Amino acid sequence: MRLARAALGAASAALFLFLWDALVRWQDYPTFILPSPADVAERFLVTLADGSLWRHASITLTEISGGLLLGVIVATLLGYLLAKSPLLDQLVSPYIVALQSFPVVALAPLLVIWIHNALFRTIIIAALVLFFPVLVTTIVGLRSVEPELAAVMRSLQATRWQTFIKLEVPFALPVFLGTLKIGATLAVIGAVIGEFVGSDRGLGFLINLAQGMLDTPLLFVALFTLVFIALGLYGLVSLLEYRLLAWKRAE
Amino acid sequence: MPLLTLSHVYKAFGDPADPLHALQDISFQVRRGEFVCVVGPSGSGKSTLLRLIAGLLQPTSGVIALDGEPITRPNPRIGIVFQNSNLMPWRTVLDNVALPLELRGVARSRRREIAREYIALVALDGFEEHYPHQLSGGMQQRAAIARTLAQNPELLLLDEPFGALDALTREYLNQELLRIWRLKEMTVIMVTHAINEAVWLSDRTLTLSQRPGVLKADIPITLPRPRTEALLTDPDYLALVRTVRSHIDRPVIHKSTL
Ligand SMILES: Nc1ncnc2c1ncn2[C@@H]1O[C@H](COP(=O)(O)OP(=O)(O)OP(=O)(O)O)[C@@H](O)[C@H]1O
Ligand SMILES: [Mg+2]
Repeated sequence: MRLARAALGAASAALFLFLWDALVRWQDYPTFILPSPADVAERFLVTLADGSLWRHASITLTEISGGLLLGVIVATLLGYLLAKSPLLDQLVSPYIVALQSFPVVALAPLLVIWIHNALFRTIIIAALVLFFPVLVTTIVGLRSVEPELAAVMRSLQATRWQTFIKLEVPFALPVFLGTLKIGATLAVIGAVIGEFVGSDRGLGFLINLAQGMLDTPLLFVALFTLVFIALGLYGLVSLLEYRLLAWKRAE
Repeated sequence: MPLLTLSHVYKAFGDPADPLHALQDISFQVRRGEFVCVVGPSGSGKSTLLRLIAGLLQPTSGVIALDGEPITRPNPRIGIVFQNSNLMPWRTVLDNVALPLELRGVARSRRREIAREYIALVALDGFEEHYPHQLSGGMQQRAAIARTLAQNPELLLLDEPFGALDALTREYLNQELLRIWRLKEMTVIMVTHAINEAVWLSDRTLTLSQRPGVLKADIPITLPRPRTEALLTDPDYLALVRTVRSHIDRPVIHKSTL
């Protein structure tokens, strides 16, 4: 079964590469419009060999992880407080709703003026992009905790901390992991935006650079690397989900 | 001294200006080792009464006392089994039953050992590693009872534990319940809306009237123990069922609630 799925995946990738190659041959596009898979592969090997791809990718990966960590931690902490305190919720929620419809991306140029360290700034931008979706689902997840299960915990004289660890966390976990998947992809977008608006390193910068030099194969290399990072993060969270929510699969 | 004393307990819900009187002027006592059943129509405040005794709710006025001490919050000596089994879906039967011990900080191997005993007591052995959604409704209720027993309470509160089950399964589980009650020497207060079940199980049956819930009758059930299936056709039993029934209002169904 797993083998069949892997074979199917490989077949679809091969088909994609074949169609892409056929399109380039048929239309005879110049390399700077649409490079062939072979051009991109060659460029990939060159950037891999001279270490430049890894240098840029590792920066972007740092920004993505930093943004993801910062955004998720702050959003879940605030989400917990908001879900638990009606007063705080009434005070803060209007701003959250207003900010949620605000294109955070538009803040990026402002942050260039405020924060001079490019790495730190990009981490902030990545964190901002994923902040609201994570915040909102954390609140929804915690609010939906079954009151009857809370009554069980109270009848057993559970402490606040025990209720959090043994009831609220496991209850909110499925929703939270779903959000984390979205958050991981949003962090990739945030990191690229951060690099676009002002950075001299990273895959976003590499895309900008390649575009300026009409080095389209390099642009593709950077793009594909970003896709792989996004897929990798998504897969990592899926794996976590698979392990943590094993009880759902029990027949 | 009685184990449990309720004096003039009144409970209102909602807006104090326009309160919903759930229970009014409830006074009764329960002796150690007694098996008391509470019957009443839907909405008569049976679940509210149990939640008050469990310390999950506070009376609006009046006092509920355990051994003379007012109950102001959940007490380890009182265990409650809810109307729905309320098991945690992400925990196996074993881990669900071990929860009360886990919260008290009992070491893992020891609490699993104890949990296994209670699982065997409710005849669920072999299902320790199952998740709640893999069990039938009756098995889930038995797991919930095992969880509450693992708390080792002196006073066991049961809120229609077998309400959603078929008659045969109920009869079987009621027999099991009496066996455990005798074995553990507990005091039991069980809510039910089945009159015959209340008579068959209890030493005393209390009836509640519908909104506001008022204690209508306190009927001693003077039937010999052990109670068996033969009792179900016994004239004394049938007479008691009729007596209890005569003390229960016909449910008033308001047009507005339909
Ligand atoms: N938390 C609450 N807030 C407001 N009203 C409540 C609350 N709990 C119960 N009530 C009301 O109190 C009354 C008694 O409810 P309760 O659940 O105790 O009845 P019950 O006898 O257990 O009914 P059933 O047999 O259907 O379980 C009902 O009218 C109900 O609407
Ligand atoms: Mg009820």
